[in-house]
Amino acid sequence: MTQGNAAEPLLTRWRISVRGVVQGVGFRPFVYRQATALGLSGWVENSPEGVEIEAEGDPLVLERLISELKHQGPVSARVDDIRTAPVDRNGVFRAFTIRESQTRGEPSVKLPADWAPCPQCLQELHDPDNRRYRYPFINCTDCGPRYSLIEALPYDRASTAMRHFQMCGRCLAEYQDPGSRRFHAEATACPDCGPRLAFCRSDGSILAQDGAALAEAVEVLAAGKILALKGLGGFQLLVDARNAQSVQALRERKHRPDKPLAVMFGSMAALQRVCRVSSEERQLLAGPERPIVLSHTRNHGLADNLAPRREELGVMLPSTPLHELLLGDLGFPVVATSGNRNGEPIAYDNEDARARLGDIADGFLIHDRPIVRPLDDSVARVTAGHPQLLRRARGYSPNLALPFPVSPGWGATGGHLKTTLALSTDSGVVLSPHLGDMDSALGRDGFDRTVDSLQTLFATRPQYWAHDRHPDYFTTGRAVALGSKQCAVQHHVAHIAAVMAEHGLHEPVLGVAWDGSGFGDDSTLWGGEFLSLDARGYQRLAHMRPFRLPGGEAAMREPRRSALGLLYGVMGEGAMEQETLPPVSDFTRAERWLLVQALNAGINAPETSSVGRLFDAVAALAGLCQKASYEGQAAAELEAMVDREGKPEPYRFDLSSPDTDGPWRVDWGPAIEAVLADMARGAPVSDISTAFHAGLVNVIVRVAEQAKLSRIVLGGGCFQNASLLESTITALRGAGFQVFWPCQVPANDGGLALGQLAWATRLNQKGEATCAWPYRDA
Amino acid sequence: MAHGGGGRAMAQLLDSLFRPAFDNPWLERQHDGAVLDMPGSIAFTTDSYVVRPLFFPGSDIGAMAVHGTVNDIAMCGAEPQYLSAGFILEEGLPLATLRQVVESMATAARATGVRIVTGDLKVVERGKADGLYINTAGVGRVVAAHPIEPGQVQAGDRLLLSGDIGRHGIAVMAAREKLDLESAIESDCASIAAPVLALLNEGISVRCFRDLTRGGLASGVVEVAETAGLAAEVREADIPVREDVSAVCELLGLDPLHVANEGRFIAVVAPEDVDRAIAILRRHGVSEAAVEIGQFIEGSAGRVTAQSLIGGSRIVDRLSGEQLPRIC
Ligand SMILES: [Fe+3]
Ligand SMILES: [Mg+2]
Ligand SMILES: [Zn+2]
Ligand SMILES: [Zn+2]
Repeated sequence: MTQGNAAEPLLTRWRISVRGVVQGVGFRPFVYRQATALGLSGWVENSPEGVEIEAEGDPLVLERLISELKHQGPVSARVDDIRTAPVDRNGVFRAFTIRESQTRGEPSVKLPADWAPCPQCLQELHDPDNRRYRYPFINCTDCGPRYSLIEALPYDRASTAMRHFQMCGRCLAEYQDPGSRRFHAEATACPDCGPRLAFCRSDGSILAQDGAALAEAVEVLAAGKILALKGLGGFQLLVDARNAQSVQALRERKHRPDKPLAVMFGSMAALQRVCRVSSEERQLLAGPERPIVLSHTRNHGLADNLAPRREELGVMLPSTPLHELLLGDLGFPVVATSGNRNGEPIAYDNEDARARLGDIADGFLIHDRPIVRPLDDSVARVTAGHPQLLRRARGYSPNLALPFPVSPGWGATGGHLKTTLALSTDSGVVLSPHLGDMDSALGRDGFDRTVDSLQTLFATRPQYWAHDRHPDYFTTGRAVALGSKQCAVQHHVAHIAAVMAEHGLHEPVLGVAWDGSGFGDDSTLWGGEFLSLDARGYQRLAHMRPFRLPGGEAAMREPRRSALGLLYGVMGEGAMEQETLPPVSDFTRAERWLLVQALNAGINAPETSSVGRLFDAVAALAGLCQKASYEGQAAAELEAMVDREGKPEPYRFDLSSPDTDGPWRVDWGPAIEAVLADMARGAPVSDISTAFHAGLVNVIVRVAEQAKLSRIVLGGGCFQNASLLESTITALRGAGFQVFWPCQVPANDGGLALGQLAWATRLNQKGEATCAWPYRDA
Repeated sequence: MAHGGGGRAMAQLLDSLFRPAFDNPWLERQHDGAVLDMPGSIAFTTDSYVVRPLFFPGSDIGAMAVHGTVNDIAMCGAEPQYLSAGFILEEGLPLATLRQVVESMATAARATGVRIVTGDLKVVERGKADGLYINTAGVGRVVAAHPIEPGQVQAGDRLLLSGDIGRHGIAVMAAREKLDLESAIESDCASIAAPVLALLNEGISVRCFRDLTRGGLASGVVEVAETAGLAAEVREADIPVREDVSAVCELLGLDPLHVANEGRFIAVVAPEDVDRAIAILRRHGVSEAAVEIGQFIEGSAGRVTAQSLIGGSRIVDRLSGEQLPRIC
């Protein structure tokens, strides 16, 4: 394939522009190697937009280079677009070279996400002859921290947290050697020049460093104590997962009595001794993103208080070399939960962590590589054979691959809880990692910091901001403050639009948006919605029969209140006399009497069509959960009672057509009567749960048949219920429908920002952005 | 009540009810308005009272119409002096009811040392005005030597609360909805002028006052913080809430910090004056349970955090009034 000088007239020179995730992933050395092997001359460089190449040679050989760029790139690279143009042959290329980064123009390159150590790095980590043997910060261009330590673009060492570490001679040589795996590996380091481990107490006194620090941490965990560990995107709290007492201590110190805790195993083999994992789950667990995967367990030898009354357990494999070493030395699995106090975002700074976690952790395993952008662990599961993200953060953020372009210049501020933030840039949509709840000062600070830093990083200052319609969401106020124009997107429309966006749907669909609650267009609380959506707008086709929530927001924490409101909807004041029912007897007579008066008078008793609250009510009626200590607890405990083999008669939901041309109403009346009858005859809770789930699935299919739309989109937090989601998918497919559900972005409010952005800019539209409502001036 | 078009019946009503009740030389002059001799700066405010029901445990619309406006004048650092009173009556309102309201106003005015020197009365058709609406306006002599307003608040200033919160809102709600509460909860409706003037007269460095009516303590603190461009932190455990009030609030899902008061205020004072200010406040019955509840700090403007007993903190937001849960 080599071209001799004699064939000079055959030579052409091309400018090749590559777009996608092509920086910080070893793309330039890859280009260098391919081009050199093909005998081409020219250069490659990073540009603000991606990677630029000029290559000279035989046109056929140039074609071959293009094909290799497309199909044989590095593992973490993702090529979205390659453009070529012939250029004049000014000057002479002697060889093929890698040129230094350009810093002109607007950065629009896609950032690589943070990945777990690659197989080669792992092999070196465990190789006693390697100079990075047991070095907890080993990485290369294929793996390691990226988004979490980038301060600015273009992605160069000088604009990452690694600028604090001067490379030693050997690291520098690798960094400059196009033949090395660490050529321009921006986070590369070694024991001589890189970050170091330290073990300290909460007062900050350092007891040990490097290997000795790791040994101290092992000792803490082996003694059943709690370790705070600085992971890739923030602190985690670890404790021996076999020791129920230690787990209990962690629960008490974290004020987290029931919420499931995830477990990290040292290896797939260790994990499989405890969990039945499918091959899809294994793939998800071992993938470079290393999410927590919710899976069915056998629970051999683990503490019994990891996930009380739940069927699934969150499990994961080591996500950094540090975890790899720690778990290896321990030889037993550990609980790994976010290093935060209840309701607050994850701690990621050494000082801050000692202050906030000081009375939770018995020791701190820290290091001196700063975390620039905090990241929680991602949470995923396999649904109907496909990965589904429940929390999108480490390993995935900030890129989102959407199958269509979105108008640039927009932002969306998301919801009030599980908030994420979305921006549309020239090179696509950026979705922030999970930022947590906006009820704490730290949560709000984190939101504001992320707004600033993402805008700076992607050099975009959107003037248009989409937000929820709820007037009291923190993020609604922020959208008003940030933009010159706003677009309020109804909560459930955003849930469905998010799913349409990730699947690239723009045809008319039936959206089934079921969740806890969101602000409805009639200023009541919606949450059991059937919406038809197309490119022009949406219509509320049907909704769940509303009932009152005595105590408003207090009902979100006390499922017994939903049950009382539901019973009140069925039998009025008589509900208070149903003392054999657990949620009724859970209140004193006097409390009940006051609540019924509040219901009569409509004092803080908003109407809701929420399916989430319907789940709460049924869980409370079935005696499972009267007060919840974490969000979604009652529904999850009810789900855990589903007997997948059981075949009780599904409960009936009536579908009543409206008097006028308003929406249809799905009436839970017959279903609740059946629950009460089953309770009265002492039916097992698993029958009640199974029949309830089956009834809900049936009514979705019935509404779908009425709506006469062939594509059904499922969204909203209720579809985190794996049993509900999977049986709905099966039933709808069986009835001939095409079904779409949230995969890349969470079904819960973590998906709202994307939905708001997509709806506000209108799916698949280019050019002038449009809005569902007239713009409102700030 | 049929005293419609301003004829003889109306004159009778003024002679027999209002003038004797409010009893002062300005009204006796029977002129179109009152001529007042007021040197120096004056504070001037107005408010309308449409509370339902007209009478509720601990107070009524008449006393509220006096205290509410008197308190607003006091919040400007002024001594309340003269009020006007405008009445809109629904045809058919029992005379006895009106008499009771007017007497309550007179009592409140006397207790506070303000004169109701001018007024107006209109009767509207049956089915309008819910029985009775009152508007009062008032003026007072400014006694503070420097401006008393949110813009004066500085980081480090302390937040004093004049007493327990939440009673008025619960009392009115219980009366309106005929809630059968286990213990009677009475409105805190009262004039807060005396302790306010005492603070000023005794040279306390007061930056700002705010009475805690609609929107409660939460709105009061958030608004001051917003205008001052500061954040504030309050200690939840130090905020007095009577046990029966907090029990009702908890059951009904209401936050006492958002419930209305009619005789409560916050005073923002310089840190070095806290102890003296508290001592002065406690000398007055209406503020005998005054406490320090927190302070203003540098930070996101308008952000108020409440430190809870168990060490956590929550954000206290001013809400839109939609009162719809934010949890999905
Ligand atoms: Fe939602
Ligand atoms: Mg007022
Ligand atoms: Zn690697
Ligand atoms: Zn080195």
